[in-house]
Amino acid sequence: MTSLLTILADRFSDAILDTVEFRGERTVIVEQAKAGEILRYCHDELGFDYLIDVSSVDHFGVEPRWELVYELYALGNGARHHLRIKYKLPEDRKAESVSEVWPTAAWHEREIYDMMGIEFTGLADHRRILMWEGYPYFPLRKDFPLAGRPSEMPDVAFSDRAPLAGGPFVTSPTTASTVHREPRSREMD
Amino acid sequence: MPETIEQHAAYDSKIEGNIIFTRADAAINWMRKNSLWPMPMGLACCAIELMGTAASRFDIARFGAEVMRFSPRQSDVMIVAGTVTYKMALAVKRVWDQMPEPKWCIAMGACASSGGMYRSYAVLQGIDNLIPVDVYISGCPPRPEAVIEGLMRLQEKITKEESAVAHFQTEKAV
Repeated sequence: MTSLLTILADRFSDAILDTVEFRGERTVIVEQAKAGEILRYCHDELGFDYLIDVSSVDHFGVEPRWELVYELYALGNGARHHLRIKYKLPEDRKAESVSEVWPTAAWHEREIYDMMGIEFTGLADHRRILMWEGYPYFPLRKDFPLAGRPSEMPDVAFSDRAPLAGGPFVTSPTTASTVHREPRSREMD
Repeated sequence: MPETIEQHAAYDSKIEGNIIFTRADAAINWMRKNSLWPMPMGLACCAIELMGTAASRFDIARFGAEVMRFSPRQSDVMIVAGTVTYKMALAVKRVWDQMPEPKWCIAMGACASSGGMYRSYAVLQGIDNLIPVDVYISGCPPRPEAVIEGLMRLQEKITKEESAVAHFQTEKAV
């Protein structure tokens, strides 16, 4: 639906960097400074009452490093609208929490903090969610090895490198032959 | 090494009726091995096989281990069934510490024994990093027959265990 993008483009013309429409999926790439305001507007005025997911991307080696992706859905009035909002975030900045707008966002933001180490301003509960409290690393970052890193919290917990035995064994995205597609040990740094 | 009750019992039905003579040590071990109450530490798919072991077709009750206790205070053997993540490991250790002595541990399946296929930052590479394991059961997940075999191996081990009396006697001597 083009009108949705038009409404957003009219309202936030200076903050919208790009819009993509692909097979009925609408993606809006916005400025980081205005992202919170746009997301709130989508909820309050455009009726996107359901936050499907918040995820983050690590563009390791590229500035700005982080990218946050919000998947919104409108369930009201029998209409079904999907909207994806993305924005880039430099490594030294904190993202703005939308847990006040959608309470479910608190869980997603905790997971992003736990896995990527992106912090959120306005997030009341900044505990880890999958790793234990006190774990020193953020395991979904691109510069974190799959086998993990040793860590030690006396009397609480420890972690060690997992033996990969020549792995990780990964498939190649090639269609040459099944022999080439088979999972094989590859060098990782 | 104390004899097992089977070896030691001198039983003559004509003379003694329903009385069996044995050593207290052997009797204690015999009682312990036949009433192993498991603490079902079900963490992944192995827990489903553990349920199958407990259910009627395989019937772990035949070995006196049907009383799955969800309170660590009442259980004797912890069956770690499934993938132990580092986060869950804290809870597993805590439950283990709450179990009263004597206690035993069975690592059921590849994950609990060695981390299994999860060579990852999030998974503890074997529960024996945290708590002492008496019996390891291979399989991914092990079939109920294998779990029962593991339980029988543990029973064998308990039969041969040094008795409490002998333990306290050596303590006194020291």
